[in-house]
Amino acid sequence: MYPKRLWWLLAVLCLCIALYLGLGARGNWGFVLSFRANKLIALLLVAISVSTATVLFQTITRNHILTPSVMGFDALYLLTLTMLIFVLGGQSFTQLPEITQFIVNTLLLMGAALALFGTLLRRGGHDLFRMILTGIIFAGLFRSVTSFLQRIIDPNEFMVVQANSFARFGRVDAELLTLAAALTGAALFAAWRMRHRLDVLSLGDESAINLGEAPKSGMFQVLVLVSILVSVSTALVGPMAFLGLLVVSVARQITPVMSHRILLPSAGLISAITLVGGQMVLERALQSTMPLIVIVDVLGGLVFLTLLLRRKPR
Amino acid sequence: MALALACLLVILSIASLFVGVIDLSWPALWSDPGALELLVVSRAPRTIAVIISGGALAVSGAIMQMLVRNRFVEPMTAGTGQGAALGILLVTLFAPGASLLVKMVLASLTALAASAGFLAIVQRLPPTQPLLVALVGLIYGGILGAAVTVIAYQADLLQYVEIWMNGEFSGVLQGRYELLWLVALVAALAYLAADQFAIIGMGRTASINLGLNYSQTMVLGLLAISIVTALTVVTVGLIPFVGLVVPNIIARLAGDNLRRSLPLTAMTGAALVLLCDILGRLIRYPYEIPVGTVFGVVGALLFLWLLHGPKRHVS
Repeated sequence: MYPKRLWWLLAVLCLCIALYLGLGARGNWGFVLSFRANKLIALLLVAISVSTATVLFQTITRNHILTPSVMGFDALYLLTLTMLIFVLGGQSFTQLPEITQFIVNTLLLMGAALALFGTLLRRGGHDLFRMILTGIIFAGLFRSVTSFLQRIIDPNEFMVVQANSFARFGRVDAELLTLAAALTGAALFAAWRMRHRLDVLSLGDESAINLGEAPKSGMFQVLVLVSILVSVSTALVGPMAFLGLLVVSVARQITPVMSHRILLPSAGLISAITLVGGQMVLERALQSTMPLIVIVDVLGGLVFLTLLLRRKPR
Repeated sequence: MALALACLLVILSIASLFVGVIDLSWPALWSDPGALELLVVSRAPRTIAVIISGGALAVSGAIMQMLVRNRFVEPMTAGTGQGAALGILLVTLFAPGASLLVKMVLASLTALAASAGFLAIVQRLPPTQPLLVALVGLIYGGILGAAVTVIAYQADLLQYVEIWMNGEFSGVLQGRYELLWLVALVAALAYLAADQFAIIGMGRTASINLGLNYSQTMVLGLLAISIVTALTVVTVGLIPFVGLVVPNIIARLAGDNLRRSLPLTAMTGAALVLLCDILGRLIRYPYEIPVGTVFGVVGALLFLWLLHGPKRHVS
């Protein structure tokens, strides 16, 4: 029954893509298409990274109101990036080849994320609200430290930080895009290969052990994947607090199953529809340059609030 | 403790008067008229502004925590501050020529509406989950803040909005901070009702049993925090965490008798913001780091400590 819904979602997505590429295109088709196709690929990449990262995170935390961004993951990414530029200096940072930059950044993020979320998840696993609150405060702290550092570094280096952290969908670098696509592709493939193990992990530590799965190492692998996915999407478009939460909770309504075989593609498709469709409406129908993320964040915030309020006290 | 705090506050104020880009020395005050002018026009207003807003924000945080009966909320993160910003933005959009008084009143009204909305949500939450209230407050404030961003973006006022979203005192000069005296007045008036707020912190039934006019006191408290918050946002911008961490620390040290603890709360708030403001001026001398940023770091660390630190009876 549910696989059929996936096909429907795919059809809607294809419609959105066609409209996005075709609507209002005048003049040289080849030029327009290549320009729009670049943006489209970026949108799709980000959409699928964010949704997959959220599903993975919710699986290991066994909770449906958590997302990496609510827990401060992408704020942490911006912080490590700024620190890196602060320590190395903007000059030598930009001289690093793009690939090295990216890998160094991702490795740093992974280290920091594993240290932070590893301890958080282990210590606060049973006290959900304390954990989320801590995550949100950490996110705020990271943001303050980031803007603090951005104030102290000199203006030229600040430009480097800005250029690296706030690329909107409008101007996505083609080279970075290829690299991002390769990395995300690998991470997504790994996540897909893990899908049955994820089903087992989502049952909880004891059941997972009984079924022959080591929860600790599973969690570690998942966190590694999450940090790759989050850093790729943050590097491409900047932080998005509630996108993941929004699309995954919609996915749980449309395909209400625990199985990751269904959930992963369904969340990915809905996320892609949200971004491509939303961007299409904003750009083509409303002719607005407003960043879609701002609107998505408002909607996602409302969803988060209702999820919190609807939760029955235990 | 009160005496020690007062001494600390005096020392910090004097330090604040003499920290800045232009050198100001004690003997110059008596001989150089320029130095005196600097003191009167810039340094003294700034110091006074910091003391008033720090103290009043801490007090309004303490009152809000009583009204909501929760230790983990404060006006600047739970929507009141963002509501005030929304009000200023709307006035700027629809009546750009409005007088300061109109702006003030409108910002206070939207702040009031935002805090009333928060109260309405909180009353439907289970009382056994104190952290859930804090979480909902943060998200609620975040959504209002995002709405401000959306409107500001559409109207091309993003840069204008940034000014209130991150508080700083570098723009404070003689003639540009006087609204804050009103804030001090409201905070002082609120102190007269300290006992009522302390009773309201015990809950609706207990308050009514003790003969308190529950809803009237509630409205009074909401008005006080809304006016304080709105005027602070209008003059210096959002300074998060002051109203959150200071009342918590004081409650741990001095208990919940507001009549006794509110003055301590006010002094600690003033001293802490003053310290952060001085730090912001010194770290990257001669440039300044906004106090909102410095306090964002200090306050977040203190909050994390409150959340995970030694267990006391806080809820």
